[in-house]
Amino acid sequence: MASQDITPVDSGSAKASLLNDPRIRGYIYQVVVLVVLVGLVYWVVNNTIANLQRAHLATGFGFLDGRSGFDISSHPFTQYSSDSTYIKALYVGILNTMLVAVAGIITATIIGFVIGVGRLSHNWLIRKLCTVYVEVFRNIPPLLVIFFWYSGVLAVLPQARQSIALPFNTFLNNRGFFFPVPVFGEGAWLAGAAFIIAIVGTFFIRRWAYKRQMATGQRFPILWTSLALIIGLPLLAFALKGFPVTPDWPVLGGFNIKGGSLVGPEFMSLYLALSFYTASFIAEIVRAGIRGVGKGQSEASHALGLRAGTTTRLVVVPQAMRIIIPPLTSQYLNLTKNSSLAVAVGYPDLFAVGGTILNQTGRSIEVVAIFITVYLSLSVLTSLFMNWFNAKMALVER
Amino acid sequence: MVDSNLSFVRTEMLQGETPPLGERGIVRWIRLNMMATPVDAILTILAIFFLAWFIPPMINWLFVQASWSGADRAVCSTVAQGGVMPDGWSGACWAYVNANFDQFMYGRYQLDQHWRVNLVGILFVVLLVPLLIPKAPFKTANAIVFFFIFPIAAFFLLVGGWFGLPYIETATWGGLLVTLVLSFVGIAISLPLGIVLALGRRSKMPVIKMLCVIFIEMVRGIPLVTVLFMASYMLPLFLPPGVSFDKFLRALIGVSLFASAYMAEVVRGGLQAIPKGQYEGADSLGLSYWQKTGLIVLPQALKMVIPGIVNTFIGLFKDTSLVSIISMFDLLGTVRQHFNDANWASPQTPISGLIFAGFVFWIFCFGMSRYSIFMERRLDTGHKR
Repeated sequence: MASQDITPVDSGSAKASLLNDPRIRGYIYQVVVLVVLVGLVYWVVNNTIANLQRAHLATGFGFLDGRSGFDISSHPFTQYSSDSTYIKALYVGILNTMLVAVAGIITATIIGFVIGVGRLSHNWLIRKLCTVYVEVFRNIPPLLVIFFWYSGVLAVLPQARQSIALPFNTFLNNRGFFFPVPVFGEGAWLAGAAFIIAIVGTFFIRRWAYKRQMATGQRFPILWTSLALIIGLPLLAFALKGFPVTPDWPVLGGFNIKGGSLVGPEFMSLYLALSFYTASFIAEIVRAGIRGVGKGQSEASHALGLRAGTTTRLVVVPQAMRIIIPPLTSQYLNLTKNSSLAVAVGYPDLFAVGGTILNQTGRSIEVVAIFITVYLSLSVLTSLFMNWFNAKMALVER
Repeated sequence: MVDSNLSFVRTEMLQGETPPLGERGIVRWIRLNMMATPVDAILTILAIFFLAWFIPPMINWLFVQASWSGADRAVCSTVAQGGVMPDGWSGACWAYVNANFDQFMYGRYQLDQHWRVNLVGILFVVLLVPLLIPKAPFKTANAIVFFFIFPIAAFFLLVGGWFGLPYIETATWGGLLVTLVLSFVGIAISLPLGIVLALGRRSKMPVIKMLCVIFIEMVRGIPLVTVLFMASYMLPLFLPPGVSFDKFLRALIGVSLFASAYMAEVVRGGLQAIPKGQYEGADSLGLSYWQKTGLIVLPQALKMVIPGIVNTFIGLFKDTSLVSIISMFDLLGTVRQHFNDANWASPQTPISGLIFAGFVFWIFCFGMSRYSIFMERRLDTGHKR
């Protein structure tokens, strides 16, 4: 009968093809992929070795000890000259990358939070202004913003002779931004030490006050105590040593400005552009975070008799932070990676310095390997820190 | 009994009084939206001061004082700078944009062949617009033509060398042409590649999963300029001697691979949001992996992450400006290249050119983001919480 022909073959019989077993198939796929990949890598390595030999290029990281022979325009924190080694040059580059990234992250966070809160304002005018800001900066390339500041704004500032004088004895001209710096004399280390002690002390006082409040319900004025500690202790130390600090004022003289410290237009344009650009994304994240906290939360808090400020600080912000932190992390990472656009205006960050080294030595593989290692480590570091912060802020459930 | 002492009984209802001035019309709106609290009022005043300080000079600079046409830098510089404008003049130099407009659009693309670019542009718009309008008919045919036939036709038209069209080197391409070609190809490659990578990352096969994770995390951890750098300096090393790649193609590969890693993470977000029941339902119906993925999972997952996908597109579009770092000339690169043009160098030139480029970028990105909002609303089937 025909009906007997369609009885299912029982699974144990040898007739079922092994190819139809999903597990076996999975193994086959993986083996095929691995073989193809290994073949590809072998082919690429072979080609690379052949190409390098043909071009008589040496390999290895030994070249890093050689004399660099080029100058770096801005090298705060470290001594550097064209006689320094390549590895020193790279180190300066990494420091510069981190400097602009940290400065940019701080400013972008502040602007972003202000604009993000502004977008939720009851004030129609403020709301619209913040929306315009976000829509403008989100939709143009960061590189264009950098050039806007660099060749559009900072390059057309007047020359040193006609510097624009700003408050606090600062000057702005086409060479950059000049500002006074304190020069510390002998014994100033005591104030630094006092500052660190004050911070550590504040930390412990805070813990003690929290424990006491949990146990007894009594509050302790932490804010005022810590402010007094952090400002007062270093001041006291200074006073003990007879104020060993003199300000170095920038002075306009003839064709140049003498004294003070200078932030070049390269750093300024990069820093401003990264801050303004990233701030527009952070603003959207902040807005989404605050909107994500249910209305019932603030209503319940008002019902309990908490005031508006307290509600924001104790109820809305902690919950909004949970929503904000993960995307905020990726914006910080983006800012760090975008700092490599420095090469376009000649700010000597890691990428620009590495590019110069590559042009001098032709070691493309080594230099790109260094790029990847450094940027990946910076990413991992930022992620680790933000993950720790996220875990601290996360909802503690049973 | 009738109380005849009642002198007056109103028989009709009294008309409601109009609310007081502060409670109606524009005054009420201003009171509620700009002056609700003292802080609000102060903020409003500050904002008005800011606008009064910012808007009139800007309009003055952009339009009133702007120099709209001219042959060289003279129309954009003051007498002291060697031009014709009175000293102290400051205004946008649209004459510079006007004079170099062709360059900004086509780069150094052979002048008598510009019609080819225009034709591709017209084809692009004619095919894209019906694809974007939900009600337009023949969606499938349109999509096939747009994603498979159009790129081939565009390639032959733009590059040439066949059918009697002169060959045009990609090195001469520039301006908006490069920006659009890079972003279109980047989008067309990164979306499918990103989906494959995302599926690979969720795969149960350890080897495939690991490879996808390594690729995605690696690419996402480094800046695009590094990827472009690799594509332009290291790709030639990896290939057998004698095989050389077009520079344009190298940039294309770099941009597409970079965007696909980001796309993969966006798609993965959608895949993770699909409830397990959907997978199990598909399995219980006896669907194969590809049927399950193509018919059940992806349509729901992709719909959920449309905003993320479009954001990646916008990011890709903006990122194409970075190719100027490996000395290719997209819109921004071309505009910048002309700053050094001795014929046009003036203090107002760079900022005018940058504002023009920024405006073009802004229109495309803003358009994309608005369309994504529209699509999101349209596709919303009401299942969202």
